[in-house]
Amino acid sequence: MKKWASIKSNLPSALLIAGVLLLWELVTGAADLPEFILPAPSTIALSLAANFYLLIGHAGVTLTAVLGGLALAILVAMLLAIAMDRWKPLKQALYPLLVISQAIPIFALAPLMLIWFGVGLLPKVLIVALVCFFPLAVNLIEGFNQVDPEAINLMQTMQADRWMIMRSVQLPSALPYFFSGLKIAATYSVLGAIIGEWLGARAGLGIYMLRAMNSFRTSDVFASIIVVIILSLAFFKLVELSAWLVMPWKRKPKNSTED
Amino acid sequence: MRLIDKLLLEGISSTYFSGEQRLPVLDNISLHVQAGEFVTVLGPSGSGKSTILKTAAGLLKPDRGRVLIGGHETTGTPQLVGYMPQQDLLFPWKTLKQNAALPLLAAKSGTGEAYARVEEMLPVFGLESFADYYPFQLSGGMRQRAALLRTMLIESNLMLLDEPFASLDALTRENMQDWLLDIWGRFKRSVLFVTHSIDEAIYLSDRIYVISERPGKNALEQDIELPRPRTKSILASRNFATYKQVFINALAS
Ligand SMILES: Nc1ncnc2c1ncn2[C@@H]1O[C@H](COP(=O)(O)OP(=O)(O)O)[C@@H](O)[C@H]1O
Ligand SMILES: [Mg+2]
Repeated sequence: MKKWASIKSNLPSALLIAGVLLLWELVTGAADLPEFILPAPSTIALSLAANFYLLIGHAGVTLTAVLGGLALAILVAMLLAIAMDRWKPLKQALYPLLVISQAIPIFALAPLMLIWFGVGLLPKVLIVALVCFFPLAVNLIEGFNQVDPEAINLMQTMQADRWMIMRSVQLPSALPYFFSGLKIAATYSVLGAIIGEWLGARAGLGIYMLRAMNSFRTSDVFASIIVVIILSLAFFKLVELSAWLVMPWKRKPKNSTED
Repeated sequence: MRLIDKLLLEGISSTYFSGEQRLPVLDNISLHVQAGEFVTVLGPSGSGKSTILKTAAGLLKPDRGRVLIGGHETTGTPQLVGYMPQQDLLFPWKTLKQNAALPLLAAKSGTGEAYARVEEMLPVFGLESFADYYPFQLSGGMRQRAALLRTMLIESNLMLLDEPFASLDALTRENMQDWLLDIWGRFKRSVLFVTHSIDEAIYLSDRIYVISERPGKNALEQDIELPRPRTKSILASRNFATYKQVFINALAS
């Protein structure tokens, strides 16, 4: 029932995409466009199939940077948010800076990472970590701010220690904020790794894309773009799935019964 | 000579500050609860009843006055007391069992031991088949009972209950009152109870303090000499009606 409803609601979008692809295929065939300007979808599909294992290899490299950077960002953001919750002066000093830093295009710092750390994995991890850190930190801190003081009062009348209050009240009530930060971070993360690779790398989807572009293999550029898109979408879905797994209490059915 | 009071509030005055605004809420409130007594604070909404409970628990520091628990001064220092806040405050991210086990875990019990203790208590609270439900899956009455169970598992003889039944419909509310009296009789706790319902106050209490409108002042202290165990039949008794008139007058002035 539910499945059918979701297929039905997605049907118009699927039809639209299919229509655009068909039109694209027909126009490129009829207009006789040079392939390096706009390859037909079928040509792109062939390129994707022919270089499948190569692309998987490069995607693996990019993915390593993404995961490493994301993990680093989560760790640092978590520690900072906890520290800021504990020492208010630290929060008073840092929080305004964190909010302002949201307006800085962090991607612009990418060249510095390459100057300082070379063309290996590390600078990509750092770029990803940088772009992911801010949305994660700001959301987590906001989450800690929103904790109901009454809940903390209640825990104090049970003589719970700080660590228990953190674990059983502050962290779980900040989780939804953490996950909305993580959704933003997940989309930034892939982009961050690609930009890092554009600036210099030995392997990765970004460098694959760059090489294809420089030799006018436009269908290969498209193929790598498709892989990047799939990777980003998969990441986003993965975050949604982990939110669903980690917060079972948020799985309220829409028609939950009242007493 | 009187025994040492379980809870004693002496001349409590309290003010809230929001920005430049200062809002005096309590003006020289005094009250006491002896061991095993069921004492109620009755007052209109906004008169500072919740503030009295928070002050008694040591969660708020009053401008003036002292709080003594078992003869020891505890003013402004959070104490181990069975405090049940006005909202039930079951944590949505924990199941009923996990919520109820919190006081035991805070007292450093092992998880298995804590859960076993909760499971053992669930039938007393009529919750035996709901251990693994999340709060949003429970009815209002079940949530209140779960919150009371959690409060009961706090290892303290003193319970501070803030309008625990205010959000319930009349029928559920009456059942919960009988049920609370039953639990209170069984576990021999001292209770400071807050309500704005006259009937509820008379039905439950040994003694009632009426608090005036904000800033809350002691308006009346009245012992309730109705026989225990109490049953619904006393609601129709002459004595009950007399008490009720006393409180209506006290709240009106
Ligand atoms: N944290 C707070 N900050 C400012 N004002 C408050 C706060 N808590 C309560 N008040 C105000 O103090 C008054 C008394 O509150 P409360 O003790 O909750 O009364 P009651 O429980 O009798 O309804 C109310 O007018 C309320 O709006
Ligand atoms: Mg109140």
